[in-house]
Amino acid sequence: MTIGAPILEIEVLLIGLFVLMVEAFFERIDKRTLAFTAIFGLAAVLVASFFLTPSPADVATSGFWSFYTADPLAIFFKRFALVTTIFVLVMMIDYAPIVRESIHGTTHQAGLGEFFALPVFTCVGLMWMASAIDFVMIFVSLELVTMSFYVLVSFTRRNPATLEAGVKYLILSALSTGFLVYGITWIFGVTGQTNLARIAVALADPAIESGPALFGMVLVLVALGFKIAAVPFQLWVPDVYQGAPTPVTAYLSVGSKAAGFVVLLRVLQPFFVLPQMERVLLVMALLTLIYGNLAALPQSNLKRLLAYSSIAHAGYLLVGIVCLAGEAIAFYLVAYLLMTLLSFAVLIVVAKQTGDNIEDFNGLSKRSPFLAFAMTIAMASLAGVPFTAGFLGKFYIFDAAIRHHQTTLLVVGVITVACGFYYYLKVVRAMYWEASTSDVAVPLSGISRFAMAAMIGGIIFLGVYPQPILDALK
Amino acid sequence: MILLFIVLLPILAAIAILFGAPPRRTALWAAGFTLVATVLMYLGFEAGQRGFQAVISFPISSDWKINFTLGVDGLSLMMLLLTAVVTFAAIWFTGKITQHEHAFYACLLLIAGGAFGAFASLDLFFFYAFHELALIPTFLLIGIWGTGNRQAAAWKITIYLATGSFILLLGLIMLYRSLPEAARSFDIRALQKTAGLIPAEAQSNIFLLLLVGFGILVSLFPFHSWAPEAYASAPAPAAMLHAGVLKKFGLYGLLRVAIPLLPGGAERWNTLLIVLLLGNIIYIGLVTIAQKRLDWMLGYSSVMHMGYIFLGIASGTLLGTSGAAVLIFAHGISIALLFAISGEIRQRTGTLVLRELGGLGKIMPRAAFAFGLAAFASIGLPGFANFTGEVMVLFGAFRNGANPERFGIYQIAAVLGLWGVVISAVYMLRAYRRVFMGPALESLSGATDLQRSLRIPIGMLVALTLWFGFFPQTFVRIVTPTFKSYFTSKP
Repeated sequence: MTIGAPILEIEVLLIGLFVLMVEAFFERIDKRTLAFTAIFGLAAVLVASFFLTPSPADVATSGFWSFYTADPLAIFFKRFALVTTIFVLVMMIDYAPIVRESIHGTTHQAGLGEFFALPVFTCVGLMWMASAIDFVMIFVSLELVTMSFYVLVSFTRRNPATLEAGVKYLILSALSTGFLVYGITWIFGVTGQTNLARIAVALADPAIESGPALFGMVLVLVALGFKIAAVPFQLWVPDVYQGAPTPVTAYLSVGSKAAGFVVLLRVLQPFFVLPQMERVLLVMALLTLIYGNLAALPQSNLKRLLAYSSIAHAGYLLVGIVCLAGEAIAFYLVAYLLMTLLSFAVLIVVAKQTGDNIEDFNGLSKRSPFLAFAMTIAMASLAGVPFTAGFLGKFYIFDAAIRHHQTTLLVVGVITVACGFYYYLKVVRAMYWEASTSDVAVPLSGISRFAMAAMIGGIIFLGVYPQPILDALK
Repeated sequence: MILLFIVLLPILAAIAILFGAPPRRTALWAAGFTLVATVLMYLGFEAGQRGFQAVISFPISSDWKINFTLGVDGLSLMMLLLTAVVTFAAIWFTGKITQHEHAFYACLLLIAGGAFGAFASLDLFFFYAFHELALIPTFLLIGIWGTGNRQAAAWKITIYLATGSFILLLGLIMLYRSLPEAARSFDIRALQKTAGLIPAEAQSNIFLLLLVGFGILVSLFPFHSWAPEAYASAPAPAAMLHAGVLKKFGLYGLLRVAIPLLPGGAERWNTLLIVLLLGNIIYIGLVTIAQKRLDWMLGYSSVMHMGYIFLGIASGTLLGTSGAAVLIFAHGISIALLFAISGEIRQRTGTLVLRELGGLGKIMPRAAFAFGLAAFASIGLPGFANFTGEVMVLFGAFRNGANPERFGIYQIAAVLGLWGVVISAVYMLRAYRRVFMGPALESLSGATDLQRSLRIPIGMLVALTLWFGFFPQTFVRIVTPTFKSYFTSKP
């Protein structure tokens, strides 16, 4: 059995609509069934994605395949988006009680249905984005993602910090959208094209003026820099990450960032014929690495620490971008997905009982050894200890930098890795060294335990045997 | 197959302990079985043959030609034997653990497993990765069960070692990338055949990275400051394993990777290495004399003795390099025994400040005897394997380009190195007098001697160092085939 690629997005969209309809017309059911419905639906789509027919190899001059591709990279990131969304939905089930508390509603379940439906729509946007090879398509899918995030970020609206996060995200996101459109118009003005492949052809023509095209590209870079949290467009990250509901933070830091990097990879491809581009990106990568890692050092709130850590990882990914190492970036993103979602998953269940400061994790190893172990694996992987996926991610990125003789990046990279060991092991220290403030075990639902075990397994498996991911990209 | 058993058993035992197996018994059995397996391997090893034996391989990444390959030659066999013996002794010496007993034994076994894996791996990727496996267990061992300023010590060792490892990693990737596409591999056997293909400029850069990376891991001066602090704070079994075995990874790496694959780079940076290792021997030696606590003194002494091993590696002669291998083994045994006894003293008296100790020889005669033997070995008295190693290293270094009319840097280094022997005699004997001789202090009268059962690990360690001290040829014959290929052009 074979399926044409866009059917996946349509299926996910239908799942989202179905969840929304059930939410609207059946008030009495337990809203968590909606989440389970969405999870199983997405899992089915994930399975279906393995029976796809590839897109036509040559770029069609017009019609559907001129702005949509189903190359291995696209399929890979569609699966990536699906897996992320599934894990986020699992976290959302754990987070449901907190949402309930902070929504004024007529029933005790008010708002939960939308909370479970919106990520599905975000997922549609992420999946389109993975396939987009035309600026118009990129813009539209990016907006679909951003719109659903506007609502999600400020979902627990009785919490002032969340409201602040929502407003910050809204304003800065809108601003970056403005940059994106403006940049696209400049590029269109110079080349007369919106399709990336045809822009590449146009730019290769020596008669063309590269200045305005570069200017347009820098504007696009600003917008994407906002999405991937690269310095100097990272200012919103700590506040928004800390204020948003935790599953949404996880989604932002994995889904939104990964999509940003895929688009960046695709968009930059034609522009790398311009030598200035590499220098701009190099500076951005250096700043992001240094800022993210140094600012993470003194953090005492775990959610905020993870926000800075997400900036830091954007730095490593940008190193990959500078070297245009698609494979390394893809592998790094998979590792990043597993370890970041795992740490957020543990954070959600622990924060429900004590809080989301690092000191709230004190003595967790006595209270809940499994959670402490899961968090240790996540932190080890984030720091880059061998036999975890995070190490191999860094391995490939550093290899790319060595191949491109980026000595500055290598030197800074080694220093920032050392910083990383400090702030990630700070969490491990809290869990194992410090005396516990309470000795009540943290309650953990079966599905969360299963999801965490799956992520631990994934981190270690990919840390020892990375070949499946590398094969999937071929 | 037996090699896979040796590498995986400690790790599997650690996992079993985390899942609730009885900690001490499981750990001791696992260490015992690996020791037996390693001894069987030693007995079945065909000495004098070049190349690797008992090779076993599983493919991991075809793009990178990474395979999980295990195998031993003489050098790695002796490292495995050292690891097995010290692990067994360290676990035996572990006293009562009041908190997180399961985690303690699991961490110890993970460190041991990391060392076994690193020494048995023929693939550079796993060689590196196994060593790093020990990083977080070490952090936890010092942080949770350490004494004194354990927090600072744990941070320091972790960040130093993590930085060193990543520098090392860059060096290894560069080594891989500097080869022509078809010859690229992480397999040591394949790399040995390609030694001539690396351009001189790249050799120099890569060797420097490897030297700094491995150097940080072995506490080469001036990257040594993590070591004494960490060993002073670590619980005795952790210090035994780390100072005795895991730290030797860096030296093993230089002998295994840097020297044979990058001869040009080694030549280029040898002068720098010799200056730095004299820092270890002379400067750190003097610092050691000034120590006021037994554990710090032992920590510094272990940093100092690394200088001799580096001298053997830098000597560029078959004699010196083989001596370095002997000394790695001998030092691992003697420092493990010293840390074990000092840990026992700390448990019984509650202090390791030299001023507060005295006359323990009357109260703890067995401890005094064992410590004395280990101290003599550490100084390098004839009859102990340390003596053999030091003599070989010093003669080897002296012989490199020896010219009776004009001393070169190797001869000067050998002469200065001899001074180090005097320095180590000074601090070891001083410490021994302070701790064990003289009238027994009243505050220490409650201390008891070592349990009788501890005679087994102590006897094992002492017997091994005496055996290789009196019959060094049994050791040298096993390791020289590895080194002979390095020096085909030199005497």
